[in-house]
This record gives sequence, structure tokens and C-alpha cells, in this order.
Amino acid sequence: MNDHHELRVRPIVNGTVIDHVLAGQAINVLRILGITGVSDAVVSMVMNVPSITLGHKDIVKIENRELEEKEVDKISLISPSASINIIRDFEVVDKYHVEMPSIVEGMVKCTNPNCISNTNEPVTSKFVVRTDPIRLRCLYCEHVISEKIAEYLL
Amino acid sequence: MEFHRHHIISMKDFTRDEIDYILDRAGKLESLARSGRSDILEGKILALLFYEPSTRTRMSFETAMLRLGGNVLNMGSKDTSSVIKGETLADTIRVISTYSDTIVLRHTSEGAAQMAMEFSSVPVINGGDGAGHHPTQTLLDLYTIKRESRLEHPDIAIVGDLKYGRTVHSLTYALSLYGANITFVSPQQLKMPDQIIDDLKARGAHVNETEDLDHVLNNIDVLYMTRIQKERFPDPTEYKKVANAYKITNKQLVHVRPNMIIMHPLPRINEIDSSVDNTDHARYFQQSFYGVPIRMALLTIVMGADI
Repeated sequence: MNDHHELRVRPIVNGTVIDHVLAGQAINVLRILGITGVSDAVVSMVMNVPSITLGHKDIVKIENRELEEKEVDKISLISPSASINIIRDFEVVDKYHVEMPSIVEGMVKCTNPNCISNTNEPVTSKFVVRTDPIRLRCLYCEHVISEKIAEYLL
Repeated sequence: MEFHRHHIISMKDFTRDEIDYILDRAGKLESLARSGRSDILEGKILALLFYEPSTRTRMSFETAMLRLGGNVLNMGSKDTSSVIKGETLADTIRVISTYSDTIVLRHTSEGAAQMAMEFSSVPVINGGDGAGHHPTQTLLDLYTIKRESRLEHPDIAIVGDLKYGRTVHSLTYALSLYGANITFVSPQQLKMPDQIIDDLKARGAHVNETEDLDHVLNNIDVLYMTRIQKERFPDPTEYKKVANAYKITNKQLVHVRPNMIIMHPLPRINEIDSSVDNTDHARYFQQSFYGVPIRMALLTIVMGADI
């Protein structure tokens, strides 16, 4: 936490720091967390800062909020490199890397307009997740999403 | 081997051993499929839910069930059922599975059979889901190749609508399990999706692509023709442009291999000229018949009946 880029935004008292976000994906992280211009959340975001492991990265800090498992799973789909730091009283009390689930349910909309999961049937979308590179295969119609996943997040 | 599969949804669910088991069982049931009636499925009820038109699939399932001594419930046209009132497929399946011992479903949406399986208390057999799977068609195709040609390492050309045709996607996957040498013949705009070609190559299949049917016609064991499906085309002008691109007549058959067989899932429009019907190569009508023993085999398997 002593990297020089930390000086760009002040430390937070309580909340979550999402670090090692793939450069350019911070805005999508905010979307996943439902943070819009009209919410009252206190959020700091830096984009394209130098990173030893990634070259460049984004960082998102959200005050007074800890993430739900489903939110972390969604972040893993758009930025598998991300790490989550939980801050309480200025201390990092928990730190972990996001892990991509093997199946995601109700998180992504199938890109096939004729898929049964895009009808009024009482089913949620389900995708099998493959890594390197990321490929989401719809469990119903088998269509594959391999790019622009953020656009199809529910 | 023991084989108790509850649902028949996609060919990708099957191993080579399971396919062989089904084909063997169909062979044992073939004479019964031609005539007569048994009591193998006496007292059992098969429900047919067809949300899309069908002649061969629906009627061959009915025939299969009747030959096995069972009964058939047919939902009929969706226009005369609760579907028109807006009932979900999930609710329909929940209800019909309390009326029957097995459901055959044909639906317009991809993944419909997979979803139906989640809501059904009885086995579901996929009779075709949109542009998705049609496993019983694939199994009868394999059975036809086995009976009328050779299923081990055949040289096969698959012709026509390879982009939208649901039957050919499942078929090519299954053929790859038998070491087939497959040539895809189609106009550029109807070519087999790259994703499927990549999958086939990854599984070690021998795959070629061409736009020229004459290029391969004399070097194959099986010519598998398909209809250019009008209903799959978003743009009618695109349909007209390619509809007559591939047509086979008896004049083209002079130099083909003597045992070469011609298959077609039917209905044909004009891909195969009627002059081919009486040649030694035509097998599409036998192919349609083989749907009966294949579906008999599947019905006995999913309902756990010995033969």
C-alpha cells in the first residue's frame, strides 16, 4: 500500500479498495457496484497508473462498503487480476485475489436473442466459465461470449 | 454396458460407447419397426409437444411408441393449446410431465429442451430446439451410415446450409467420434461457423471446406445434402440468392464411387432432383424410416425397458 500512486488519493477509514483492476475497467467496476452519478457513495478512482505486474492498472476505492460475493464474481469476469482489500479503521483486515467461478448464474445476459434464457421463462442465465482466454458458454444454447463481457453483465 | 440416460438433449452429452449402444439397440428393434406391435412399453404414455411444424420427427415418434405397445398424447398445434394464452414452457412441462412417462419437445428457442429438463419429472427428449440441437436426427443419420455405408472413417461431404442447419452441427460432432473425413460444401455466406470447425479440428477430425460440390463428388462414401432453410434467413433476398446454389441430378453421378450413398434429412425442396430417387445411391427414404428404430431404442432406454 506504499506505492507512490497511493498518494493520488487519500487512504480510507472504512471500506474496500479494489486494486490491480485491468487498465480501463474501473468504470465497469463502478457499473457492477451500481455506483452512478446519482448515488451518494464516496468513491475514488484512478486509471492507468503504472503497475509492476500489469504495466498499467486501475484502482477503485469505495468508502463504508464491503462487497458481496456476487459483486466480486462479476468483477473477476472483467478483471481476473483484481484484488480486494477490506479496510477497517485504516487497517487492511482482509486481502484476497478475485477468483473466477466455474459457473456464473444470473450475472450475464446471453448474447443469443433466441436463447430460452432471453424469454419470459422462469430461468436465470447460466454460463460455464473457461479461462485463458475467458470464454463464457451458455448452459442453455451454448453460445459463447469471449469479448466485451462487461456489456452483457446483468 | 449399462446405459440409463434420463434425458436426451444434445449429442455432446454422448460418448462413443453410448452412441454404439443406441445403434445396436436400434438394430435389434429394426424388424419390429417395420411391422407388428410388442408390449415392451405397454401402459406407458409419450407426450409430444411440438411448438414448430414437424412431420417426420413427430410421426416417427408416434410410430415408435405404437410399435412398442405404448400410447401417445399429442399437444397438437400451439394455436389450439394454452400456449396461445401465454403459458410459459416451464409451466406446460410441469403439467404435462404429470400426464406422461416421457416428453418429446420441439421448440423455437435454443436451449428449450435443456430448460425443460429442469422442470420435468419425466425424461425429456429434444426433438429440435431452434437452431440448436436435434440429437435423434443425428442418431438416425449415424444409423443410416452404419447400415448403408460404413461408419468407421467414412469419407463424407456435407452440403448446403451449414450455418443455420441444426442437424449438421450435431452430426459433425458425432462423426468426429468415428474418425470421419469430412468435407463441408457450401456457399460462403452459409459456411460452417468457425467455432465448430475449430472444435472439430481440436478433436482431431479431418475437415476440409469448399464451395465446389463437383470437386469432392467422386471421392466420397456419403453425400449428405441439406435444405437451404428459408425460415432461418433474416433477409429473404439473401435466401433467394443461394436457394438454388446446390442441386444434384443423376447426370452428376456417373463417376461417383459405386457404393456412394446420398442422404438428406428431408423435406427436400429442389436440392435432389427426382431423377436421383431411383438410382442405387439414393438412401434418403430409408434414412427417414430409420428414425423409427432409433426412436424406439431411445424410448426403451429412457423409460428403462428391456428388449
